[in-house]
Amino acid sequence: MAGKLNIRVDQDKCQGHARCKSLAPELFELDEFGNAHEVGDGSVPAGLEDKAWLAQSNCPEIAIEVTEE
Amino acid sequence: MSDSASIMPEHPPVTDWINDFDHTDPVWTEDPFPIWEELRAASPIVHTERFLGCYMPTTYQAVKEIAYDTEHFSSRRVIVRDVRPEITARAPPITSDPPEHKPAKQILLPPFTPDAMKKLEPRVRAICNELIDEFIADGKCDAAARYTKHIPVRAIAHMLGIPEKDGDLFIKWIHGILELGIKDDNALMEAVKEMTGYFAGHIEQRRKNPADDLISTLMKARDKDGNPLTDEHVLGSLRLLLIAGIDTTWSAIGSSLWHLAKTPADRERLVNEPELMPLAVEELLRAYSPVTMAREVMKETTVSGCPVKPGNMVLLSFPAANRDPAMFPDADKVVIDRKENRHAAFGLGIHRCVGSNLARMEMTVAIEEWLKRIPDFRLDPAGKVTWSEGTVRGPRQLPLLFGKAS
Repeated sequence: MAGKLNIRVDQDKCQGHARCKSLAPELFELDEFGNAHEVGDGSVPAGLEDKAWLAQSNCPEIAIEVTEE
Repeated sequence: MSDSASIMPEHPPVTDWINDFDHTDPVWTEDPFPIWEELRAASPIVHTERFLGCYMPTTYQAVKEIAYDTEHFSSRRVIVRDVRPEITARAPPITSDPPEHKPAKQILLPPFTPDAMKKLEPRVRAICNELIDEFIADGKCDAAARYTKHIPVRAIAHMLGIPEKDGDLFIKWIHGILELGIKDDNALMEAVKEMTGYFAGHIEQRRKNPADDLISTLMKARDKDGNPLTDEHVLGSLRLLLIAGIDTTWSAIGSSLWHLAKTPADRERLVNEPELMPLAVEELLRAYSPVTMAREVMKETTVSGCPVKPGNMVLLSFPAANRDPAMFPDADKVVIDRKENRHAAFGLGIHRCVGSNLARMEMTVAIEEWLKRIPDFRLDPAGKVTWSEGTVRGPRQLPLLFGKAS
């Protein structure tokens, strides 16, 4: 069985495309410049796993890391 | 420069695309996709002697390598032309390299966040409906002339705090700079001069009467040392917003309507499943990316294993990258609900389009409002679709008939 997911946005890579926030607003927030970071500590609540993967696979800068506990 | 010297010689037709490509050739303008396939099959990066020497990466990987490499490639020139005059009219941050780039860009980012765009959205919806009101009763229209062209012009005018009716002036300047200007230096200089004079007047007005608009935002901004921006910097950024914000989005909306006009299955799906719109907009951006940028090679290096030499320009084709089958399955097909879509329509790396959230909002609203009012439409067989020449690609005539085909 798949474990719990964690997401992290690499701040050096993020360029503010905002695709993650658009696809998974529960998991990502934008700062005043429009750059993304993960909500809270980046742990993905149950039921939002697909959204985490979708955001990851649509980031043009490959700035989102999804890890499985 | 005298008149006789300012008009560039006409380019001979291309007979060898791989070694002598020319993005202003009418064959390329009409349908670049098979040309890019041919170039990609030949090499990840191709070269032409035209335009004083120019490379073009053909794969997603090669485009990405160049976009991320600010050491060997400069953004000081962002249009590939026949001449490379002294750089006078900068447009920061698009023409900036590190370390100047980041502080210049950070000034522009807050006014263009998705939240800021949400506030602008109702005005854009209203603009779209005002435009549709003007032609819907005719049962047909040239959607490029009557619809797509005016949406970004009016939206950016609204943001800048200048009269929306001045939009025709902007369209004239943009045509002079991005299309005529590739081969006619006088047209380019004249347009830049007029535009600069226009904005200088507005800057003067804001000095006396500050307003809650983007011109005032720029005038109130501070650089990294805490000093106000120079008038030259403010003017440069305004030039950028106007040039970059208009025919790009106009082209993206136009290509989208063109696709839906000739693809009834996709059109019907979007009408019946409006929740698909966010994925569809991304796919239309991928498939018909309007913007090709440029870089100048500053130091010798290699791209995807191929050597490139200083003194040459690079046609940084995000559209060609987005058609690379190594990156996108069925790259040549429009898959309206494509789930994985790391497209590069807004660039990659530090120069990510500052207006991408604005462009996405305008595209979404323009297509949504059109489909609500005109769910059935098709290309008018009595008319001809024409495409822009140069580095921004989109329909410049888009004759459409409304209603179901009989």
